[in-house]
Amino acid sequence: MANKTSNDAFVEFERVQKSYDGETLVVKDLNLTMPKGEFLTMLGPSGSGKTTCLMMLAGFETATHGDIRLDGVSINNIPPHKRGIGMVFQNYALFPHMTIAENLSFPLEVRKMGKSEREEKVKRALDMVEMGSFGGRRPAQLSGGQQQRVALARALVFEPELVLMDEPLGALDKQLREKMQFEITHLAHELGITTVYVTHDQTEALTMSDRVAVFDDGRIQQLAPPDELYEQPQNSFVAQFIGENNTLEGVIKDIKDGRALVQLDGGELIDCKPINVSKPGERTRVSIRPERVEYNKDRLQEGVHTLKAEVLEFIYMGDIFRTRLRVAGNEDFIIKTRNAPDQVRLQPGQQIEIGWLPDDCRALDA
Amino acid sequence: MSDTAKSGPVLAADGTPLKRSLARALRMQKMRALMLIAPLLIFVLVTFILPIADMLFRSVENQIVSDTLPRTVVALEDWDATSGETPGEAVFKAMAADLQEAAAAKIHTRVGSRLNYETPGISSLFRKAGRKVKKWDVEGDGPFKEMFLEVDDGWGDPDVWRTIQTYSPRLTNGYFLNAADMQKGPDGPEMRPENERIYWVLFQRTLFMSLVITASCILLGYPVAWILANLPSRTANLLMILVLLPFWTSLLVRTSAWKVMLQQQGVINDTLVWLGLVADDARLVMINNQFGTIVAMTHILLPFMILPMYSVMQTINPSYLRAAKSLGATNWTAFWRVYFPQSVPGIGAGSILVFILAIGYYITPELVGGTKGVFISNRIAFHISSSLNWGLAAALGTILLVVVLILYWAYDKIVGIDNVKLG
Amino acid sequence: MTLRKFTAALATSALVAPAAFAADMADELTLVSWGGAYQASQQKAYVEPYLAANPDVKIIWDESSAEAVAKLRAMNEAGNITWDLVDVVASDSMRLCDEGLAMELNADEDLAAAPDGTPASEDFGDLLVSDCFAPQIVYSTTFGYRTDMVGDTPPSSICDVFDLEAYPGKRSLQKRPIDNMEWALYCDGVAKEDIYDVLGTAEGVDRALAKLDTIKDQVVWWTAGAETPQLLADGEVVMGSTFNGRLFSAIAEQGQPIGMLWDMQSFDLDGWIVPEGLPEDRKARVMDFLKFATDTQRLADQAKYISYGPARKSSAPLVGMHAELGIDMAPHMPTDPANAGNVHIYDYEWWADNRDDLDAKFQAWLAK
Repeated sequence: MANKTSNDAFVEFERVQKSYDGETLVVKDLNLTMPKGEFLTMLGPSGSGKTTCLMMLAGFETATHGDIRLDGVSINNIPPHKRGIGMVFQNYALFPHMTIAENLSFPLEVRKMGKSEREEKVKRALDMVEMGSFGGRRPAQLSGGQQQRVALARALVFEPELVLMDEPLGALDKQLREKMQFEITHLAHELGITTVYVTHDQTEALTMSDRVAVFDDGRIQQLAPPDELYEQPQNSFVAQFIGENNTLEGVIKDIKDGRALVQLDGGELIDCKPINVSKPGERTRVSIRPERVEYNKDRLQEGVHTLKAEVLEFIYMGDIFRTRLRVAGNEDFIIKTRNAPDQVRLQPGQQIEIGWLPDDCRALDA
Repeated sequence: MSDTAKSGPVLAADGTPLKRSLARALRMQKMRALMLIAPLLIFVLVTFILPIADMLFRSVENQIVSDTLPRTVVALEDWDATSGETPGEAVFKAMAADLQEAAAAKIHTRVGSRLNYETPGISSLFRKAGRKVKKWDVEGDGPFKEMFLEVDDGWGDPDVWRTIQTYSPRLTNGYFLNAADMQKGPDGPEMRPENERIYWVLFQRTLFMSLVITASCILLGYPVAWILANLPSRTANLLMILVLLPFWTSLLVRTSAWKVMLQQQGVINDTLVWLGLVADDARLVMINNQFGTIVAMTHILLPFMILPMYSVMQTINPSYLRAAKSLGATNWTAFWRVYFPQSVPGIGAGSILVFILAIGYYITPELVGGTKGVFISNRIAFHISSSLNWGLAAALGTILLVVVLILYWAYDKIVGIDNVKLG
Repeated sequence: MTLRKFTAALATSALVAPAAFAADMADELTLVSWGGAYQASQQKAYVEPYLAANPDVKIIWDESSAEAVAKLRAMNEAGNITWDLVDVVASDSMRLCDEGLAMELNADEDLAAAPDGTPASEDFGDLLVSDCFAPQIVYSTTFGYRTDMVGDTPPSSICDVFDLEAYPGKRSLQKRPIDNMEWALYCDGVAKEDIYDVLGTAEGVDRALAKLDTIKDQVVWWTAGAETPQLLADGEVVMGSTFNGRLFSAIAEQGQPIGMLWDMQSFDLDGWIVPEGLPEDRKARVMDFLKFATDTQRLADQAKYISYGPARKSSAPLVGMHAELGIDMAPHMPTDPANAGNVHIYDYEWWADNRDDLDAKFQAWLAK
């Protein structure tokens, strides 16, 4: 059972499958390896299988097939309470009938730790999340953000090597959420804890994680660091799901020297980088980030194809301008430009020409 | 204080002091709220508070003696009850005058019945004397002592006169003494003879059995409520119908069904004999005793335990158990330290419901209780409907009410009444 | 007192109906009885012929006789009597009469004379045990036994009830001191005429209870008349006391293997009382019905439907066949000479005086 594997793999999913009803798979052939100390986020729409994966790792669900290993040891048959994994729940799950200090003391008590040691650890953990003076209160007397900190402290107080977080910031308002995102990553890195974080909020995933696993349809669509995920999505789902994105559809005319010539459905030609397309004639969906679109003729590269566009709407958003265009029949083509002194403010009805670096235009599966 | 005195009261826009303005606005709100609850308030007052007040009053009320026999009560004031001698002619003369008036109003037998609760035989003394006294001339005839003794020798018994004297005050503690197995002796309250003591035993038994019934409801109901709360709602609703099914069956039918099940020639005994677990001539006695009462009442009251427990358990998020396990607790520790404390309010609510219902139950104990499974409420019902001793019934009821309130108070001290939830 | 009056006033204020306008006799009559076969016999013997003669009258039944005493007192306190005629046992009629809840009747004026002109007071005779009581039937509390569970010598004496050696097994007795105490003393050797004198002493009570103690473990105590026939049918008890009419239906109508033990059967009476305080028009109707329903023929007719003896001497010769079974009813009457060889006469006056006291002692003994 306990077959040790590669040295830097701390958490491993190997060919894991999960089905609840015996008819459909919620998780299909999941393979994932995490080194120690990594902050990994499972991101995906609801029903994509990310929470199921987390629950299998925690031990609340059993894998239908495959192996889950922790520090090289298969944990399929180890009950949750023996896995030593800290967990933060979506609703915090602070025990309402215990004080904050009792909540934190609970995991230490069940580990038969002495009283003085317990008190010391509880105090340290509460200080760590800046809740040192709240030990005597009940969870209901705390605000959402405070409960969140306590839940975090409770998951960490028994010093687990792995901490799982299931959408822990979902119930907080935006400002608090951003503050907590920072604090959680900071703590995780400071303590060197391996963290698996589940969210459906891509901003959260991008700002917090070392690596992000994008889930859809029971599979990991792409597993990569945030910048790579954003800038080099490997398929159109990831491109769509992460960040804002313009798509145009067409057919590959030619591929050579790492360049693909794409003929859009309206007949226009553009230059792109082929990602998961292989041969001419294949349908493709090209993806261009709004901030990589250029309409200042002076800055366009020589020799690349440009497209005609009509300005439909100009939205002033403070730090940026957001302009909606009609491009090759697509009326939702967005460009974002920085609000700089020399920036041109486009007017609705204006006819312009747009272009981009071929590397910024990614030809993906249709 | 001094600030407002200096600057004067704060004024509202129209110049009236702000405080008065506010009070008026609030008074309107209060009036409206009061109007809304008025129908309920009146309903509760008429159907609940007044009857209870009436009952409390009946348990000490005793005007009938001094109202019906005013002259006799005055005449008896000088008589020494401990002398062991029949009172003098003056008392008999007063009694003749009182009885003649009472007999004309046909109320003489009523006071006879009242005094008969204290000393057997007085009822017929009054009934017989009432018939004769109508023809007497209360001014001219005499001596009345002989005339009364002619009607019945019982009038010569000093005990009869002592009873009249003892129960002449307008208020009495006699009913309460009786309810506590005591009586008014010549030297104040004393215990009744051993062979007449019954209420103390019945109070103890009622409390004990109600507690046992409550405990068995908890033991049987908790797992059921737990399963219901953790099943998908469709299945849970289906099972809930099974839990509620007994509610839709008549109480008498259910109790009779238990008789059929538990009696010696009943289903369970037949099965045990058939299985060879019990000899045919040693069939188990499971009905007409405490066991039968506990079984039947647990069954009848179980839904009252399951429902509040279920609705409280439904509100307990399953993630608490998961959290506890992820923190290293075994299944049992997670249940005992995390789930169970959160379900206590449901147990509390269910227990209070079941206990209070059980303590006042009388139909089921009457039918399956035999001699050892009878509750105090059976005696209360008896005194209300058969012996017509409503004063004693009221005293027993008052004691029961006080006992329940004391237990409620104790429960509040130990568990805390805020810790009771119906969901 | 003021509180009581206030409650009563509240209850009545809504109900003070303009009843006084009505004609001489009210058109509605509320009868209270015991339900079941007994009430059905009253319906057939009294009510149906009365309605045939008075088609405008409406009769309403209320099956509340078991709680009649308490309910009448509550109605009286509330000042709103909704019942017109109430069927009660003799002892309850005495209690109601003593409490002033039942109207005093004058037998010769209010009840019909016998066909031969004998006045009602003579025709009913001693059975007029209370000034407020119009008797209908004589019934008895007696024993039935399982013919298949008593061997070759079925019980023939009341004292066989106390003989656990000859007749082992459970017996059912009514959960009250009346009858049981007398039977216990009788079987303990007290002469029939001395029973109440002995029972009137503390030693006598102890003696009766001591006798009952010998069978206490084997007794199932009943409160409803239907229990003993059921217990006999189930084989739960070997013998048990109940009202003779209940045993008659178990034997004759249901064919149960049950035999009658008539020895020392305890005679009791059931009859009507009129609540005190009825308005004139309703009273007039009630008195009219009462006179009709207690006449010689009506009481004799009732015995066609149930095996209880008519309370009038003049009705006895008129008792005929059972209306449905077609069997001669006379031998099933508790008053039949063959059954009434050794009977126990229940002393109403004595029990009215001693019931509360003995009941307390009896219940204390039961609870031990």
